[in-house]
Amino acid sequence: MAKSISVWMIVVFFAIIPARAADDHNPYAGDAKAAKAGQYEFRINCALCHGLGAHGGGRGPDLTRAQKKHAHSDAEMFQVISNGIPGTAMPANGTNGQGVGMTDEEIWQIITYIRSVEVKASAKAAGNATHGKELFNGDANCSLCHMVEGKGGRLGPELTEVGNSRTREAIIDSVRNPSRRLAWGLSESTKEFPQEYDTITVVTADGKQIKGVALNEDNFSVQIMDSSEQIHSLEKDKLRSFQKSRESMMPPYNADALSDKDLADIVAFLASVGEK
Amino acid sequence: MRAQGGSTATQPSGKPEQPRKSGASAPRPDANETKTAFSPRVAPGLKPNDIGMSQRGAEAPLFHEFLRLSVLRLAVSAVILVSCGVFSSPLRAQVTFERLLNAGKEPQNWLTYSGDYSGRRFSTLDQINTKNAHTVVAKWVYQTGATGKLETTPLVVDGILYATAQDDRAFALDARTGRPIWMYQHQLPGDIRPCCGHVNRGLAILGDKVFLGTLDAHVIALDSKTGNVVWDVVAADYQKGYSFTVAPLAVKDLVVLGVSGGEYGVRGFIDGYDAATGERKWRFYTVPGPGEPGHETWEGDSWKVGGAPAWNTGTYDAVTNQIFWPTGNPAPSNRGEGRAGDNLYSNTLLALNAQTGKMNWYFQFTKHDEHDWDATEIPVMIDVEKPDSGGKQLIAQANRNGFFYVIDRANGKLISANPYGKTTWSDTKDAYGRPVANKAASPTLEGHTVCPGALGTTNFMAPAFDQQTALFYVTARDQCDIFSTAPQPYEAGHAYYGSAYFPSEEAEPFRGFLKAIDPQTGEIKWKFEHTSPTWSGVLATAGGLVFTGDAEGNFIALDAAAGKPLWHFQMGGAVYAAPIAFAVDGKEYVAIAAGSAVYAFGLP
Repeated sequence: MAKSISVWMIVVFFAIIPARAADDHNPYAGDAKAAKAGQYEFRINCALCHGLGAHGGGRGPDLTRAQKKHAHSDAEMFQVISNGIPGTAMPANGTNGQGVGMTDEEIWQIITYIRSVEVKASAKAAGNATHGKELFNGDANCSLCHMVEGKGGRLGPELTEVGNSRTREAIIDSVRNPSRRLAWGLSESTKEFPQEYDTITVVTADGKQIKGVALNEDNFSVQIMDSSEQIHSLEKDKLRSFQKSRESMMPPYNADALSDKDLADIVAFLASVGEK
Repeated sequence: MRAQGGSTATQPSGKPEQPRKSGASAPRPDANETKTAFSPRVAPGLKPNDIGMSQRGAEAPLFHEFLRLSVLRLAVSAVILVSCGVFSSPLRAQVTFERLLNAGKEPQNWLTYSGDYSGRRFSTLDQINTKNAHTVVAKWVYQTGATGKLETTPLVVDGILYATAQDDRAFALDARTGRPIWMYQHQLPGDIRPCCGHVNRGLAILGDKVFLGTLDAHVIALDSKTGNVVWDVVAADYQKGYSFTVAPLAVKDLVVLGVSGGEYGVRGFIDGYDAATGERKWRFYTVPGPGEPGHETWEGDSWKVGGAPAWNTGTYDAVTNQIFWPTGNPAPSNRGEGRAGDNLYSNTLLALNAQTGKMNWYFQFTKHDEHDWDATEIPVMIDVEKPDSGGKQLIAQANRNGFFYVIDRANGKLISANPYGKTTWSDTKDAYGRPVANKAASPTLEGHTVCPGALGTTNFMAPAFDQQTALFYVTARDQCDIFSTAPQPYEAGHAYYGSAYFPSEEAEPFRGFLKAIDPQTGEIKWKFEHTSPTWSGVLATAGGLVFTGDAEGNFIALDAAAGKPLWHFQMGGAVYAAPIAFAVDGKEYVAIAAGSAVYAFGLP
């Protein structure tokens, strides 16, 4: 027993020492030159999802927000960039199969850059989250197709995390113009799952029309969910017709259907859930 | 034995520092899963799990396991003897240069990366054909145990299939059953610098050896019967970004291969090694040094880190004793500032004397490239009978920059260049007919859209040329990227791009095709649109079929004349490899790697 404890102490000792030396301290904190170098590294390695100016893209959160969900300190950011965030599209450094991994130095430069562009705005989005929740589950009909924290429909994307992973602007744009960009598919090597919410309309051999959201598709088959949440697995060569459209099944919500204020409340609700 | 720099002369390392052979002593990723108590008794190159042995408790009698293994090994040996000696071809221990030259005469074998020296990836086997393709079934699957992208093209010689997997694994399988005969894994250091996955595209074979280029820039000869290391030499310093992913090409008594590292500011080269000893016989630097022709096409010292890697397999013309080897992007890949000039011999087709490595002629596809458009696509040798000229020996290449080039292989003169996908970078051609880049195509700080994107209209995926239809089949992609400058200083061993690029919404969703191009006219005779772009290569066969894979895991047979899919099989993993055809016992097989496995298909 004593032996195993001492072995563990040695293991722990060696596990901690290098980590402290390499990962704990940002050697460039506040260094404007490092921030500039970090800006270029950011453009090469991060901008695909987080946008050129770190304001967030269609895929990744706005990193200019001072409050971040997965990392607060520089050391935590270093861990997130190095190891990725399991269960999300955020990959570990150098593992997306495309491009070269960053050195520790480059990661610190990127963190220094992100710190330099952070905006110390209020963490609370403008809007009434409580009212937003009522709308989401009620009059605005969002929950017919979208699930938040286990409640709601299945046809559209699950939205529990969306307030954290997308910018406010991206969410508003997705409500006003749902077809402008369907859930973006990443380039294949970084793509988590093929689902892009294309709308599929088919006529089967016996003349039945089915319209739904693509769950998956390949050259020869398609799996779709119709508006009553039935899943259909279909072989393309057995169909009378097959049509795929980038027009979303979600109706566009213009200002008549949903006022700016009500939409702001819904966004506030999603933000409050996403930040949990 | 690591060389001190990219230019250091290579020395054969008679005794590797550590045992590199897999099996009993070499570490493997799955070593913990193997009962080490059994390992010393395992035949060299085999471990218990590989030959179908289940995990057992440590109390199992060792002699019993030993007996079991010996019996199985005998069985495997018998299979080899049977497949070599009785059913297929006469027993031939050696793959001679003569056999490589005449690869077309033994269609049961697949002797080089592209099948033969021409690069056509065409098989004269026709047992599987347009009439029976719909009946094709899976014959065996071999799980490599590797993860990531499997880009390997197998070789098949007299009933044995040789292939590679990620992290420089190499293995030999019974081509009839998929059962492993030997396995090897090179011991890689932890700080290798591959740009695009821990990939390898295959082996070359000559004599009784197979040849592997590794991610830490070694060139290794393995005994083709055992997987034992015969020689292992270091070509360059991997810590400066040099690596090999290419399938080498064996020519006469040499092993020829080109280096990777265009994303690290390497100085590219193509090497020729003595197949018997590993001694380097020649090196052609793809970026000329001071005093050499072409050096003036580089600004200042930019040539020292000029890139121009040579990471895809070339072709060989025995008549003129030339190898045709294509090169990749200048470095930094997406920023031309600091390297003013044409940047020879980046993005160039080189015609080199096979014995000396001396250049006979060159043709540069994309001058002063700023979009990462490596011209490393396979240069396919095609012969065209023209009534007026009495025939012409040509090279056809579907280039990453979106143009399909046809070149006279006698002198490198351009015959034609036609777009075969969505291109916006060139509106004009020069006096020689070469597409010229628009000024506006250069990356800017704000970023702007150029087509094709950095991944190119095609990429490493091998094309095929069908001698019967006279069509050139190539995997193509329509995708545009936003190119935005992001200057980086050169630092040895660090990424050196000089720009950021990401998919532009303008071309969403990206589109992927298999296209059939008539090389005589550049006309696209048919195209098959995939659900999404694929990284699979193409095989054409005399059965009137074209085989390819898709990003969703299907292996597909299409009618070569019309592009109609006739058969498919869902393999459960994306395809990054190219298919081959071979025969054992007089029966045709088609094989391809997908996911982390190698699959073989045949008639029921």
